[in-house]
This record gives sequence, structure tokens and C-alpha cells, in this order.
Amino acid sequence: MHAISLQNLTLGYERHPAVHHLSGVFESGSMTAVVGPNGSGKSTLLKGITGLLRPLGGRIDRGRLRTTQIAYLPQRLEVDRSFPITVLDIVILGLWHHIGIFGGMKRMFWEKAAHALCTVGLDGFEARAISDLSGGQFQRVMFARMLLQDSPVVVLDEPFTSIDAQTTRDLFQVIQRWHAENRTIIAVLHDFDQVRAFFPRTLLIARELIGWGETHQVMTEENLLLSRRMSEAWDASAKVCLENGA
Amino acid sequence: MGRIGESLPGERRMNHLADFFFSPFQEFTFMRHALVACLALAIGCAPVGMLLVLRRMSLMGDALSHAVLPGAAIGFLVSGLSLYAMTIGGIIVGLTVALLAGAITRFTALREDASFAALYLISLALGVLIISMRGTSVDLIHVLFGTILAVDDPALILIAAITTVTVFTMALIYRPLIVECFDPGFLQSVGGHGTTMHFTFLVLVVLNLVAGFTALGTLMAVGMLMLPAASANFWAKQFWSASMIATLIAMISSYSGLLLSFYMNFPSGPSIILTAGICHAFSVLFGKYGSIYSRHKAGDHLTG
Repeated sequence: MHAISLQNLTLGYERHPAVHHLSGVFESGSMTAVVGPNGSGKSTLLKGITGLLRPLGGRIDRGRLRTTQIAYLPQRLEVDRSFPITVLDIVILGLWHHIGIFGGMKRMFWEKAAHALCTVGLDGFEARAISDLSGGQFQRVMFARMLLQDSPVVVLDEPFTSIDAQTTRDLFQVIQRWHAENRTIIAVLHDFDQVRAFFPRTLLIARELIGWGETHQVMTEENLLLSRRMSEAWDASAKVCLENGA
Repeated sequence: MGRIGESLPGERRMNHLADFFFSPFQEFTFMRHALVACLALAIGCAPVGMLLVLRRMSLMGDALSHAVLPGAAIGFLVSGLSLYAMTIGGIIVGLTVALLAGAITRFTALREDASFAALYLISLALGVLIISMRGTSVDLIHVLFGTILAVDDPALILIAAITTVTVFTMALIYRPLIVECFDPGFLQSVGGHGTTMHFTFLVLVVLNLVAGFTALGTLMAVGMLMLPAASANFWAKQFWSASMIATLIAMISSYSGLLLSFYMNFPSGPSIILTAGICHAFSVLFGKYGSIYSRHKAGDHLTG
């Protein structure tokens, strides 16, 4: 079982909350879209879930799941794409838990990596330098690496922003495969049609929780309007929050 | 030198050429010592320099090289122009500055380049102050520009030891070090000890700078790290192949730089670094990837 439950969770920077008093559960094997306007704390929430950001308040219960077992795809700008390294070298890092710092490469690992590249539609790209790839191709490489990570929980931060339709369709098939394999999937998305079409569950936030449940119940006009109206302001003189949780 | 241009029978001319290229090292022990020291430096400095370039820390290498100065100065104050004392002082102060700057970056909002700059300025001022308290400007010049002709056996052993440590450490932590370079977020998410790798790398930078300054001086040592590495990126597209090329460039510059300084009576440090500079200029102009030539080369476009 790999449920992740949030208990009165507050995340933020320098005591200012970006996610405020959030409670709920990502059930094991569920597929949840995280939706909200810019600055609503979506990425912050994902950083909290993956353990990269320590909560300001409340807690995240991951059960027996270790944070290093979560496959996490951050927004793309954090990767240096001019680095002189080949596609295969990057993909094979997905096997980090098998190879670690010192482990050698086995024939089986190369085959797995080649197979993952095939799955994302990049067969024959093994020896290419990553600096030669287009944005879409690079995102395919990231997905191939996550395929090898073989994680029970997959966390994606805007995986399809500025990615063309064909690539999005192909990579969506990978996500649906993960869903069929009963992995827990949490993805930040901006395309509401995508969310309505493919994601059974939705979490709508605008710093505060607005709705979390079946997609058609959460993605109502009323809720979306409410999320847009929520303030994005950073109040420098904000008082200490005394609310003790829902 | 004039003899070489004369029209001699082929064999005799070969002899003269060999004389020109090898005799300084056959005849003079200090030249042999200098050459071995520089070749060893090349092996350690090239891959470390490559990582500095790739991590966009080029100027931090420069800052660290200045930061080493007060350590060398204190060593100098305690026991005069002794390479040993100055080296140990340099290592201690260099490591302190590197670790302190690294720690300030990781645990406060100050960016890495700013915290390095702040600490190296403090360190440099302290170094110049200490040297000026005792000693002449000649001594300062020695520390700043190196005295390769005084590389003795202990100094050679020290340089060899540092190179050995560097090469073995790089081999051991090669994988996480590379990943930490281009995708630190991923390394963190799989629990790959990114911070440890970063600090280990800073230690290697300091060790190589100190190894370099006995031979090339504190100002010139960083040249051995940066110039070959900055040139190698024009010739290779993978880290390991670029590192090999950087090592080769560093070795060639060391050898020709030493010859230059021998025949022209130039100081050795600047001669070596200037030779590396010529290699760099050549790479910028005519390198295989991303150079001026490769970007403007004529020819019809390809099919795919």
C-alpha cells in the first residue's frame, strides 16, 4: 500500500505559507491532477510530498514509503541541458537504486534502458548528446528515466507545458500504463480538458484547499471561479496563524 | 636557435631539433623536476577544471586561488620561503574558505558566487597584509607567481600525492558528481548525497590549486585548471573525452611553456599559462564544436 496522507499540512518559505492547512489522502493507485492558478502552491505541494521541502506545520504520512522511492519530475528548467552527456547515460540513472554510486553496469541494465527509450518513442537515440534534443524529445528522455525508476509513486510537475500534441499523447500513454499498473500518480496540470478526460481525481488549490475528490465534482465553474479570486498576495506583515487545523 | 634554420643534411638537422626539444631536460635537474611537476599537475587539474567549467564555477576557482594566499603567507611568516610550510598553510586556509563559502551558500540566501567573492577578498587582503609585515616585494612576487625552478623532491612528492588523491577520488565519486552537475534535483530525490559530493569536489579544487601554486604561483595556478578545460569543450561532446583532451592540452602547454621560459628567459608560470592561452585561442577560433570556424563554415546544409 502506498497511500500518502496529508494531515493539516502547511508548506511555505520563510514562515509564509504557500499551502495552508491542507488535509486529505492520495489513495494507493489513485491518479490525481493538482490544479490551481499560478502561485497557488501546486509545485510547493509536490516538493513537500517528495520530501524536498520540510513542512512548516502538520505532517505528511507516507506509510512505509521512503521519499527516495518517489519518482519526481520537476519543472524542466532545473536541468542543465547543455551538459555534455548522452541520452543513454541519463536514462540509465533511473536504475540508481540498483547501481548506486559504485555499482557496475550489467548487460541487463543496458537492455532495460534501451527498452525504456523504445517505449517513449526514442529508439536509436542512445548515443545522442542531450544538447541536440528538442524540448519534446528531452521530456521523453525524462519519462524513460522514470520508467526505469519503477516507483510506486510518480509525481509530475507540469509535464506537458510547452510540449507539442503528439509528444503529449505519447507520454500520456506512459502515464496511463503506470495507472494500469496500480502506481499512485500525482500531476500538476494546466490543461483542464486533459484533466477532465483522463484524471479520475482532482485536487484544486489556491493556497487554501478548494476541492479534492472526483474530478467532475471538483472541476465545477463555481470552484474554478473561486480559485481565481483567491488572493496571490504575499503579505509581508502577516500575523502568526493561530488556526489549529481542520 | 639560428642554427636550426640553416640548410643542414637531414640527419644533422634532426639532431639539432632533438637537442632543442630535449637537451634542457637532459642537462638540468631543475627542468626535469619542473616538467614532471607540471605533467602531474595536468593529470589532476584537467578533470577538476572540466567540472568547474561545467558547473559554471570558473570564477570561483579564481576566487579560491586568491583565498589560498594568507595561508601561504602565514607559512612564509613562520618559516620563510619554505614550500612545505606555505603549502600546508595554503591547504588549511583554502579549505576553510571553500567550506565556509559552501556552507554559507547552502544554509543562507546568499548566492555561491557572492559568498566566495566576499570571503576571498577578505582572505586576499589578509594575505597581502601578512606578507607586507615581513618580507620584501620580491618574496610577494615569488608567492604570487611561483618558483618552478625551485621545485624540489618534497614538493614533487606533494604534487604527485595530490594528483593521485584527485584521480582516485574522481574515479570513486564520478557518477554522483556528474549527476550533481547537470541535475542536482534528481540526485537529491534519489538520496545521492549531493551536498557531500559538492564539498568533496571543493576540497579537490583547493588541493589542486595548492599543488599548482608551489610550481606556478597562486595567481597562475588557476590557469592550469581553467584554460585547458575551457578549450577542451570545443573538441569533445562528452565529459570523459573532453577531460582527456584537457589533460593533453595541459601537458603540451607545460612542456612548450617550459621550453619557452628556458630559451627566452621568461618566468615559467606565465610562460606555461600563456601557452595554454594560445591553445585556448586556437580552440575558440578553430574548434570542432561551437567555435567561430564551425559556426561559420561554408558548405551546403545536410539532409537531416
